[in-house]
Amino acid sequence: MLQDKDRVFLNLWGQDDWRLEGARRRGVWDNTKDLVALGREKIVEIIKESELRGRGGAGFPAGIKWSFMPKQIDPARPHLLVINADESEPGSCKDREILRNDPHLLLEGCLVAGFAMGAHTTYIYIRGEYWEPLQRLEAAIVEAREAGLLGKNAAGSGWDFDIHVSRGAGAYICGEETALMESLEGKKGQPRLKPPFPAGVGVWGLPTTVTNVETIAVAPTILRRGADWWKALGRPKNTGTKIFSLSGHVNKPCNVEEEMGIPLRELIDRHAGGVRGGWENLQAVIPGGSSVPCLPKDICSEVLMDFDSLREVKSGLGTAAVIVIDKSADIVEAICRFSHFYMHESCGQCTPCREGTGWMYRVMTRMVQGRASIEEIDMLLDVSYQVEGHTICALGDAAAWPVQGLIRHFRPEMERRILDYRKQASAAVAAE
Amino acid sequence: MKVTSYLKPQTGGFAFTPENEEKAKGYIARYPEGRQASAVIWLLYLAQKQNGGHLTDEVVEYVAWYLEMAPIRVHEVVSFYTMLYTEPVGEHVIQVCRTTSCWLRGSDEITRACLEATGVERLGGSSADGRFTVVEVECLGACCNAPMFQVGDGDYYEDLTPDSARRVIEALKRGERPAPGSQTGRLSSLNEDGPTTLKDTFPQKAKGTAGGAAGKADKSEGAGDAAG
Repeated sequence: MLQDKDRVFLNLWGQDDWRLEGARRRGVWDNTKDLVALGREKIVEIIKESELRGRGGAGFPAGIKWSFMPKQIDPARPHLLVINADESEPGSCKDREILRNDPHLLLEGCLVAGFAMGAHTTYIYIRGEYWEPLQRLEAAIVEAREAGLLGKNAAGSGWDFDIHVSRGAGAYICGEETALMESLEGKKGQPRLKPPFPAGVGVWGLPTTVTNVETIAVAPTILRRGADWWKALGRPKNTGTKIFSLSGHVNKPCNVEEEMGIPLRELIDRHAGGVRGGWENLQAVIPGGSSVPCLPKDICSEVLMDFDSLREVKSGLGTAAVIVIDKSADIVEAICRFSHFYMHESCGQCTPCREGTGWMYRVMTRMVQGRASIEEIDMLLDVSYQVEGHTICALGDAAAWPVQGLIRHFRPEMERRILDYRKQASAAVAAE
Repeated sequence: MKVTSYLKPQTGGFAFTPENEEKAKGYIARYPEGRQASAVIWLLYLAQKQNGGHLTDEVVEYVAWYLEMAPIRVHEVVSFYTMLYTEPVGEHVIQVCRTTSCWLRGSDEITRACLEATGVERLGGSSADGRFTVVEVECLGACCNAPMFQVGDGDYYEDLTPDSARRVIEALKRGERPAPGSQTGRLSSLNEDGPTTLKDTFPQKAKGTAGGAAGKADKSEGAGDAAG
């Protein structure tokens, strides 16, 4: 288990003051200028060496992403850092706690990461519903400006740096980096084709890096304590700590920071009071938010919570939002709810996603009742493969994967339902 | 090259109040010169609030005029985002989260309780007195505090039961603003039995305590004013 001395998020639940004074007490903004003094290249090098992977879902190595920004800064094309605080992945509620309980941790991260990328300006794009986090974030920015931590010569680092907040208005797709950029430009949030990649042509055509709240919030601590410290936590290529959101049928739902690679069962038992009704009552776990396939109990008993371990069992760490489903729940309906979600959130740009998400939802509602034929399970699977990989952004993939995971692990349940429905229907006819 | 042209915005009689005008300028100043369109969502929120909770064509086109945007671009934005309403809504819009984490913990019963307590007949409808609208929405990102609903523009009521949902609504009916957050009194998304980590950082016993009280005090400062 992760020891308290190795934790980054010391005020995860707001047990302490979120304002500047409290943050300073926890070591945030402590000699930040020394971190900046490391220099652009050295910062990126340390982050690369730490093997930190992006916490927004895809798990792309953060240091490599940061290094994509142009080395030379063209004065006519200033660099931008954009923080993705549009947390909307069902199951995920970790960034909200960072934003409202430790906003200065994020702001400090913005300064060092922004400097490493050559950016003088950061925009934090926060989802429209996060009103309380928005208020605190805005207040924290004002505090930081007044204390000279932002603005000209930010924190005495010699680097001019400012942060602005931009607000969304309830669109899941705006958490996709290119859709977020469109939204930030004042358009509807429909993803752009890549290339060009944001580091070349991003918001307003400027070199831009879009990155998750948690990734940036851990950066200063890694720089302070060194890549070796971070690498000693977790497993190779899956290093460090991670905030896990434990929700659904656990006895005590909570957010908790733990070491990467912790066994799923230990995570649930130790921090969330176990599965409702005991481990034997477990039906399935969705280990990384709605977009990743679910896992049945036997896999859950063994699997480790990191990017590569979960990929091996054909799921993913995603945002580490663990949704636990016990045997009392209807697993088909649980996944059907996700299908409804993706249908609702599809931006409508690519045909396979726009039409496919609605089609999958409609078939899934029949699967919940069993009002379908056995062959339709394979047809559903086939359609999910037609959607996956055939769209501009990953929303199509994300809509397909939960359905694929359901069919992979719970096909017998779906078949049983169809046969039961038929039996009842024919019994009803016979009774007449 | 043809210069793109468009019909002039039809702004009717709508105009920002002086306070909103000031806020609007503040938002526009966050973006580089010539990129004022980026402030469109901020301005639409201001306009929506000033207009009593929803946007009309004229209000939308006023924002277009204000930001020197083609009206169709602003209409596109309005129709794309779910928090911008084009139909009149009740004084309190109750948005019950329906996605899996909340559903697993009983969001269906919460929805039912909300409909009963407000007298709204169907989802998406409003009560006869125009005070409440009840809708189901997709994940609001408070999954560790499920089930939950949002009231209006960002008050989260979490860890609900049908009874506590009804209590919140009764308080709203009386014109009160019940304290948002967990309705069982737990501190944000902490394990309700107390911390499993970082125990030293908690004053004595963990439940409720100082952090929660401080949180509530902070909220009231900007109460009811999403503009910040």
